[in-house]
Amino acid sequence: MASRIGTRTIRLDRPPRVIAHAGLAGKKESEGPLQSVFDRTFADTTFGEKGWEKAEQTLLRMTLGCALQKAKLPPSALDLICAGDLENQCTASSFAFEDSGAPFCGLYGACSTMALALAVAALAVETGTCRLAAAATGSHFCTAERQFRKPLEYGGQRTPTAQWTVTGAGAAILAANGDETDPKITAVQFGTITDLGITDGANMGAAMAPAAARTIADFLRDTNTKPGDYDLILTGDLGFIGSELLLELLRREDIDLTAVHNDCGKMIFDRERQDVHAGGSGCGCSASVLCSHIFDEIRRGRYRKVLFVATGALLSATSALQGETIPGIAHAVLLERGETEERA
Amino acid sequence: MAISKEEYAVLVKQTAPPSPLGTDCLKAFLCGGGICALAQLGLALLQTAGLDEDTGKTVVMIALIVLTAVLTALGLFDKLAKHAGAGTAVPITGFANAVVSPALEAKREGFVLGTAAQMFSIAGPVLVFGCGSAALYGLVYFLLKKAGA
Repeated sequence: MASRIGTRTIRLDRPPRVIAHAGLAGKKESEGPLQSVFDRTFADTTFGEKGWEKAEQTLLRMTLGCALQKAKLPPSALDLICAGDLENQCTASSFAFEDSGAPFCGLYGACSTMALALAVAALAVETGTCRLAAAATGSHFCTAERQFRKPLEYGGQRTPTAQWTVTGAGAAILAANGDETDPKITAVQFGTITDLGITDGANMGAAMAPAAARTIADFLRDTNTKPGDYDLILTGDLGFIGSELLLELLRREDIDLTAVHNDCGKMIFDRERQDVHAGGSGCGCSASVLCSHIFDEIRRGRYRKVLFVATGALLSATSALQGETIPGIAHAVLLERGETEERA
Repeated sequence: MAISKEEYAVLVKQTAPPSPLGTDCLKAFLCGGGICALAQLGLALLQTAGLDEDTGKTVVMIALIVLTAVLTALGLFDKLAKHAGAGTAVPITGFANAVVSPALEAKREGFVLGTAAQMFSIAGPVLVFGCGSAALYGLVYFLLKKAGA
């Protein structure tokens, strides 16, 4: 049974396995450094739909469909779908999985949703209340721009700290048992909301970095581990500026993450060539990278122990207009290669 | 966190790269100047063709608005504005784009509650302050004239 270790971390004593996963991405992502790792990429980011909101739903549905196909399962076999997105009231997810015939748990964690969904799904499987659970999330550049910024065709300038919302999605199917190579989820931590007073909506990395630093520091302390014990500590979408701030914040707490840290927002785009300013962002950023590249590398044995820390900025268009500061959150999921017996 | 909000604000400022002010200003100057020069050229041609100055100015302004609307609809205006900045925002092109872009975007929500309702979501304040200041100016002018005359 799952048990609490330290102050914040939950150890999964019967770790669920990721039996199948899929990461899908749009056009710009398919032109980036990770172009060959996605399960499918699409040159047409309308995904054949009439509007951007419908496009995002279709992307999410196709992503979970792709993961289920690998597991040779119908959607109705799932005991739980944990999913969320950036749209108001999480409509992309609820509309996407409307016809799945599976119980649905809608989650909002902004761009941290992949880790949040994985943590909830893993707990559901670990406690034996679900045999099969899915975690899925995604984002679409065009719906995010509409909701949080300006119309797509509006002629404005982006600041150097701005990040580019990824059009992409990721889905993972969790089960109590699986193959040797299936990644295991051995611990999770629900993050603590952290707000260091950032109000600039065009500098999300800075708003989220303190939350990531807090979650990572708490996780290392609770598990009595150090950065060197991990092959990779992967943050969600801090981008170039947020990552730099994260390393500095942890350095001040005598934790040196430099050798093992990477960030999905840095990996997914070529900063110079693709004109993305401070890197990628959005739920789909960490979801598409984790559910393709990272899980694949764990299967291949290149990574044996990965701490995945997805980060979210918990603002709304209204809160930003009212001058509120941006609260950040970061949830952590510890992923280990199947046969590894050592626990966090 | 061990760090205070004030300390973090300083750290963020040090880490965030500044906007390239010099390049931005130069591009804005060249693009804004280019648009104005183009308009002036259009006016000169219209006047040569026999139009009076006032009518010529109106025609040029309409032409700039139509050109912006077409470029916005083709998805080209934002690509130009990304470089031009204030160069495209300050002339009437900026206003036209601010009206056309939300109108296009809201098409899926219907003609009345989408396009028509959203059309002035960005440009609305310009109209409010423009009409407001014009009314205020008119009132002051009226009172001064009454007192002076």
